[in-house]
Amino acid sequence: MRIELIKRPQRSALFSVVSPFIALGLTVVVGAIMFALLGKNPVMALYYYFIDPLLEVWSWHELAIKAAPLILIGVGLAICFRSNNWNIGAEGQLIIGAIVGSIIPVMFPDFQTWLTLPLMLLMGIVGGAAYGAIPAFLKTRFNTNEILTSLMLVYVAQLVLDWVVRGPWRDPKGFNFPQTIQFSPAATLPEIMPMSGRANWGFVFAIVAALLLWFMLSRMLKGFEVRVLGQSPRAGRFAGFSSSRMVFFAFLISGGLAGLAGISEVSGAIGKLQPTISPGYGFTAIIVAFLGRLNPLGIIFSGLLLALTYLGGEAAQISLGVSDKVVRAFQGILLFFVLAADTLILYRIRLVRPVAKTMETAPSPAPVEVTHGNA
Amino acid sequence: MKKTMIALAAAAAMASLTAGAQAQEKLKACWVYVGPIGDFGYSYQHDQGRLQVEKELGDKVETSYLENVPEGPDSDRAFERLAREGCKIIFGTSFGFMDSMVKVAAKFPDIKFEHATGYKKSDNLAIYNARFYEGRYILGQIAAKESKKGLAGYIVSFPIPEVVMGINSFMLGAQSVNPDFKIKIVWVNSWFDPGKEADAAKALFDQGADIIVQHTDSTAALQVAEERGLKGFGQSSDMAKFAPKAQMTAIVDDWAPYYLERVKAALDGSWKTSDTWGGIKDGEVVMSPYANMSDETKKMAEETEAKIKGGWNPFTGPVMKQDGSEFLKDGQVADDATLLGMNFYVKGVDDKLPQ
Repeated sequence: MRIELIKRPQRSALFSVVSPFIALGLTVVVGAIMFALLGKNPVMALYYYFIDPLLEVWSWHELAIKAAPLILIGVGLAICFRSNNWNIGAEGQLIIGAIVGSIIPVMFPDFQTWLTLPLMLLMGIVGGAAYGAIPAFLKTRFNTNEILTSLMLVYVAQLVLDWVVRGPWRDPKGFNFPQTIQFSPAATLPEIMPMSGRANWGFVFAIVAALLLWFMLSRMLKGFEVRVLGQSPRAGRFAGFSSSRMVFFAFLISGGLAGLAGISEVSGAIGKLQPTISPGYGFTAIIVAFLGRLNPLGIIFSGLLLALTYLGGEAAQISLGVSDKVVRAFQGILLFFVLAADTLILYRIRLVRPVAKTMETAPSPAPVEVTHGNA
Repeated sequence: MKKTMIALAAAAAMASLTAGAQAQEKLKACWVYVGPIGDFGYSYQHDQGRLQVEKELGDKVETSYLENVPEGPDSDRAFERLAREGCKIIFGTSFGFMDSMVKVAAKFPDIKFEHATGYKKSDNLAIYNARFYEGRYILGQIAAKESKKGLAGYIVSFPIPEVVMGINSFMLGAQSVNPDFKIKIVWVNSWFDPGKEADAAKALFDQGADIIVQHTDSTAALQVAEERGLKGFGQSSDMAKFAPKAQMTAIVDDWAPYYLERVKAALDGSWKTSDTWGGIKDGEVVMSPYANMSDETKKMAEETEAKIKGGWNPFTGPVMKQDGSEFLKDGQVADDATLLGMNFYVKGVDDKLPQ
């Protein structure tokens, strides 16, 4: 017996909306089973995971800090994925953005004016976008697979960061520890509400970026172009859209936003460059983008939800002594169910039984080739 | 269904509230580790100290910990969270937590913070460390005596003073036995990366070393030595069960006495900020049983250990720097400030300090 996936002629509008919630529900159920197997009370565990971090104001700030890069990167990736460009290298674009943005505070620490921070942010965006342009160029010029090139460039970026913080940019007073000097206050992204917590303006950037991209995707011609070229490049060509310019557009937007996330993280939350500046935000943002159904508004919520799993993981660790690895397991389970639910919206499952060869020659109705569907 | 869920959630919330109320009678002591407690090295030893506190002080304390905490915004949050969860004394065990701890300690003046291997101190932030270099001198002597090729491979993490001090002390010990002894150094740029550590060990053995020394936390390098029938030393923890034929001894960090003392002080209100740097004499650095070596070597190691226990410092002149200039005059002993800022090699180290 084998299993075949057959494309559905039509997507259920209802389940397109409901599926993330189904996925989340299934994740919670499997998570509860996992906790039970670990010998922990599943109700308590889920309470610490999803509720405890929401009970205090400072924790909301922490949530915003954690969610900001996920949302920023996630909305950029939504443009990429919608237009059928598979940018897996946001982590690298984040790192290069952080490095380029840090040129000012590290190499010109005395340059402290109101211009310092805007310039840093701008350079961060430019750095990330430029790094994103590499796979875009390779794809349009040499027809390389952007999944591979963008992913491999992540490792290059990590090594570049490693080199600058151990080599030319190392803090001379830092006891040889691999890190740059602490950024000056003029180069530090301010906190939104210093009275109640330490969330910085990075979160505001994330929300603004999400709103702008939502507007573009749903209300502007460019957004229409993104969707058309993503769903049917041929139809896009008939409409006069250039698919190679779209490749660049998608990579520059998502690279620039990842770069902004990088410099915001470094300037706002860390305050210096060090060998590791991101716990894999660029990769987690892929989950965020899909969980948010590639819709910028949905991504705001999915970003907050993923951020919650990090904080909840810590709460559960402190209170119940579960391993920190559970966080990763949770995120993996969540992505699995999201993708599975998506697959079932687009396809239905058919079990094919091996029958006697002579019998049943009448072909089952061939799956209808749907040209207007979502590939 | 929905009702039961709400009821359950409410029950859970109640349970956590009552748990919180009970905890107020106990002192809550908390730890933040940079690695997993299952590394069987550095973080593992700190956690053993925590467990000892739990065992000896019983129901007077309650402990909890966070493991695998990255240095940076995540460690800021980890300390802040523990402070808000009601921990009264918080130990941070990695150098890289320094800035996070300084920040959070300033914000919570009533909570006591203890930072291992750092150098920033305040009224509610104490620092503590162990004189691992004392043990490294003994390792150097053993290596020089037992190596047939006069060459040891040395796997190291970051070129910070702590690590440089260890290399120098090892070298001085080795030179006291064999003035021509050589080491080859590989920087793996991580405290805990079993894959990289194993690769480094293989490369060093391939280049002719027959003894491996490490300043990284996993058991990987020793396991490579075990496979190849060569020798090495454990780090932080007694790793004999991972390499029964290869481990000659290990520098074991015993944090339990310090943790006990400090938690007791927090309990009876006598806690004050301090700067503690204990060594073999204080029982903070312990040499695990000498094994897989000749009786003669063992005797020498025990004598040196006794000498250090008696107050002798491995950094006693005459000692030359790598470039040939004088570091310590005959009979001069290096002071702690010099050791804690050490950023040069002693003579005979065939490596360039990453600059």
